[in-house]
Parts: sequence; structure tokens; C-alpha cells
Amino acid sequence: MTMTLAQRERRAATAPTGLPRLLAGRPDLAGHLAAFGPLPPVAAEMQAMTARAGLTGRGGAGFPTHRKLEAVAGRRGPRVVVANGTEGEPLSAKDKTLLIQAPHLVLDGLDLAAQAVGASRRVICIERGNQAVYAAVCVALAERRDESVEVVVTPRRYVTGQEAALVDFIDGGPGRPTRERPFERGVGGRPTLVDNVETLAHLALIARFGPEWFRQVGSPGSPGSALITVGGRVDRPGVFEVAMGTPLSSVLQLAQAAPPRAVLLGGYFGRWIPARSARQLTLDAASLSAHGAAVGCGVVAVIDDDSCAVAELARVAAWYAHSSAGQCGACTWGLRDLAAATSALEAGSPDPRVTSDIQRWTAMVKGRGGCRLPDGAVAFLESGMEAFADEIAEHQAGRCRRRDHRLLPTPTPEAWG
Amino acid sequence: MRAKVVELDPIACDGHGICHELLPERITLDDWGYPIIDRRPLTDDLLAHANRAVANCPVLALRLKTVELVIDERMRRGGRGAA
Ligand SMILES: Cc1cc2nc3c(=O)[nH]c(=O)nc-3n(C[C@H](O)[C@H](O)[C@H](O)COP(=O)(O)O)c2cc1C
Ligand code: SF4
Ligand code: SF4
Repeated sequence: MTMTLAQRERRAATAPTGLPRLLAGRPDLAGHLAAFGPLPPVAAEMQAMTARAGLTGRGGAGFPTHRKLEAVAGRRGPRVVVANGTEGEPLSAKDKTLLIQAPHLVLDGLDLAAQAVGASRRVICIERGNQAVYAAVCVALAERRDESVEVVVTPRRYVTGQEAALVDFIDGGPGRPTRERPFERGVGGRPTLVDNVETLAHLALIARFGPEWFRQVGSPGSPGSALITVGGRVDRPGVFEVAMGTPLSSVLQLAQAAPPRAVLLGGYFGRWIPARSARQLTLDAASLSAHGAAVGCGVVAVIDDDSCAVAELARVAAWYAHSSAGQCGACTWGLRDLAAATSALEAGSPDPRVTSDIQRWTAMVKGRGGCRLPDGAVAFLESGMEAFADEIAEHQAGRCRRRDHRLLPTPTPEAWG
Repeated sequence: MRAKVVELDPIACDGHGICHELLPERITLDDWGYPIIDRRPLTDDLLAHANRAVANCPVLALRLKTVELVIDERMRRGGRGAA
């Protein structure tokens, strides 16, 4: 018997085995439905399913997603869900890749999250300047005949991706972090769930294939798959979907990395891990937390022997100083002085006060911002000072002969409107 | 057991430093003149000073927060009150 198109779309697709999962998605609605089948009516069970799946946020903080769903669902009045696709982390490309390749997975996840928490407003945020991403989302929404999802284009600034800053921007503000906690007072003063777009896409698959299926891949403590962006000194940079718990060395092989001197895990918010420790690591929370590291937003960047790590530290420290929203004293002035000191280090200052100042100021600004931006700078610089101690000594002695000084991207943030 | 601690909104704070003068036991200043809060519980003798610091902050960046103290059983048995 031949099936009509509608029947074929309604038939549940068989659960994908192995990987890729998210990246098996298709940009067009017909392809999406052929790959994954329609969304089953599971909104009422979504919280429990997400808890059993053990899904954690893929936007950086790695917080259990079901607890965020519960927090917003438990509040009174109209609620809002925001899909965070801004991806201001300069090394990360996974959210853009996902939105271009499988926008319907993200939009399914947005719908599910909205149903699960009882939200009447759905918003998706994308950073300005990513034309292909914007087009993919708009075309997908048109295909779904869904005119009620708001597409908000945000300025190119890392901090505007922070959840309270995003809420501020959606509400017509400049997009600076505020003191509000979105699950209490978010968009329009309403309880708001802000989830990363990859997190939402996983929800769309958990709804279809169940929490046990989700856990078939990954480790017990860190279940599921994750999108990882590999960059820096590699021959095949790009976005890869891997099982959580994959050895870091396998990820580096996928991207044909040069023999690393150190690996930056978690992007500019993450930590430098020297090669000798990196060899034993797997991409799960337990293995990484022993090194104070985390998968974070899934960035893995490699630095090789030809690159001057001190130059990279200095450039990223300056990027952090520029990224500050200029509201909190420790962030505004602390990051400025840290950038100046790191730059003096790069220039070869033999003054031992430069390194002691960096140590003093990283300790001083830690935990003192209105958002976690300064903590990101501290993790990056502290781990870098440790991983590249020998090279810092070479600089102080005026003996750094490494050729490359421009490995990591440091885009200038858009001015505050 | 309940106690009060000082809490700061770093976004609102303008770094006037008045709070440090009024409550140096819990508020020091960093290299840029902004307050660093010591979150240890306020002892009774400090409460009046803490309230004055909160009331005198020109931008209302400070407040006192009530926290539940968790007393470590081992310390209790050892006879040393954790608070
Ligand atoms: C400075 C800063 C920048 C951030 N940028 C992003 C971002 O670009 N995309 C994102 O998903 N989360 C970003 N976050 C994290 C968000 O605040 C929020 O935790 C996240 O969107 C929640 O989604 P998740 O629970 O699905 O991970 C940022 C956080 C900080 C402190
Ligand atoms: S810590 Fe920095 S980026 Fe975050 S709110 Fe304060 S000034 Fe803005
Ligand atoms: S008095 Fe208020 S504004 Fe001044 S430093 Fe203290 S907290 Fe900041």
C-alpha cells in the first residue's frame, strides 16, 4: 500500500542509532520529518523525560535542564521561553552550524519547552551578521507556518549572550547583564526560560525517541552527544558531534590536530590544559572537573609549538577588557589592568611585579562581577599562566622566538548603542 | 541557626567606599576602590554598623541577607560552635 505524503510524515521515524544525531538533521521541513518523524504529544511528560535523560545545558554552564524547566513551570502568570542562539564565543561555531543544518530541531525544542513550562511567548535570538543563520531560521519558520515565534537579532557582543543581558535586549535595553534572574523576572517581567539552541535540539530528540535512547550514547555521568567546535592549530577545523565521554585525543584526531602543546577546553570561558594532562582526558564532567575544566560550550582549541602562547593570552585578555559591559568595578578596571599586565608580559617586561600583579588581580576579580564574565577571564588567564610558565620565563628573559602571534580570533565587540 | 550576611549588587555599586568606612570588619576595598565583601555571618556587635552601611549606600547596592547556618556535626561534638 502506498502512503500519502501526510501519512508518511505522521509515521514515527526509527530512532537513529549511533552518531550523528543532531547533525543528521535537514534544513527543510520535509527532510526533517523524514529523518526524525513528527513530534509526539509528550509536552506533559517533558520534565520527567528530561530528568531521566540527564540532559545538561550546552550553553556553557552545564546546568541540569529539567531543573530549569521546573523552576519556570513552578512560577505564576504568563511565561516566556528564549532560545539562545547568539553564540558570541569567538571560537564556537556549533550553534550556527546547528541552526543552518537542522533549524527545525531547535524550533521543535523551543515549542516543547514552551509547552512544558506553559509559556505563551517564544523568542529565538541570533547574533547580527550571520546571514545564513538568520535565513535558515526565517525559512524554517515560514515552512512551519509559525508566525508567532519572535526572531531577535542581537548586537555582536559576547556579554549580550548572557541570559539576563539577553532578556534586557529583548525588552529594548542595550543588552547588558542585570541583577534579575530570568526564571523569576525575565522578558516583560515574566518568568523566562533561557536555553541554548543545542540544548533545545536535544529536547526535540528526547521527546521523540525517549530518555533511554538519549543515554545509549555518552557516559553515565554525562549522557548524550554534544556538538564540539575544534579550532586553533588543526588541519580540519569544524564542528563535530561526538558522544559525551569521548577521549579528547579522538576529538583531536577528527580535526587532524597538530601535536598540541596545550589544549584550551571550553573556549575563552574555559581552561588551558597542558598536553601531558590532555592525553588522559575524556569529555565528561567527572574527568574534566579533576582539572578544574568542563566541556562548557564545547570548544576545543589547540596551540602548537610555533605559536606564542603569551601573545595569545595578551590578545584574549584585551578582548576580555573590551567585552566588559563596564558596570561592575572589578570587571571594568580589573580586566583593563589584567590586559595591560599581560601585554607587558608579552612585550618582554622582566619586572617580576607583572606576574605577581596578574596573580593578585585574577584572585581579586574572581566571583565579583554581576555576571560571570570576569570569572571566564580568570579561568583563562590563571590556567594559561600555569600551562605556559616556561614560555613566560622565556619572555621575561627576552628569548621568545616563536613565529605565530595570531592563532585565536578576537573580534572587536560592537559599541554599546 | 540563622544569621545575617552582607550582600552587594556589583552592577549598582559606584565605588564610593562609604560602606568600607562604616563596616571595615566585613567590607574592604580592592585596588580600584570597590568593596570586597566578607560573607561571614555578622556577629551581634556588628549588626548596627552593617545596617548603617546599608542605609548609607547612595545607590542602594547593599543589603543584609538572612542565611541558614549549617553547623558541622563534628564541630558540634568537638564543642566548638561553628558560628
Ligand atoms: C558572558 C556570558 C556570555 C554568554 N554567552 C552565551 C551564548 O552566546 N550562548 C549561550 O547559549 N549561552 C551563553 N551564556 C550562558 C547563558 O547565560 C545561559 O546560561 C545559557 O544560555 C543557558 O542555556 P543552557 O542551560 O541550555 O546551557 C553566556 C554566559 C555569560 C556569563
Ligand atoms: S561582570 Fe562585567 S560584563 Fe558582567 S555585568 Fe558586570 S561589568 Fe558587565
Ligand atoms: S557605599 Fe554603595 S556604592 Fe559605595 S562602595 Fe559601598 S556598595 Fe558601592
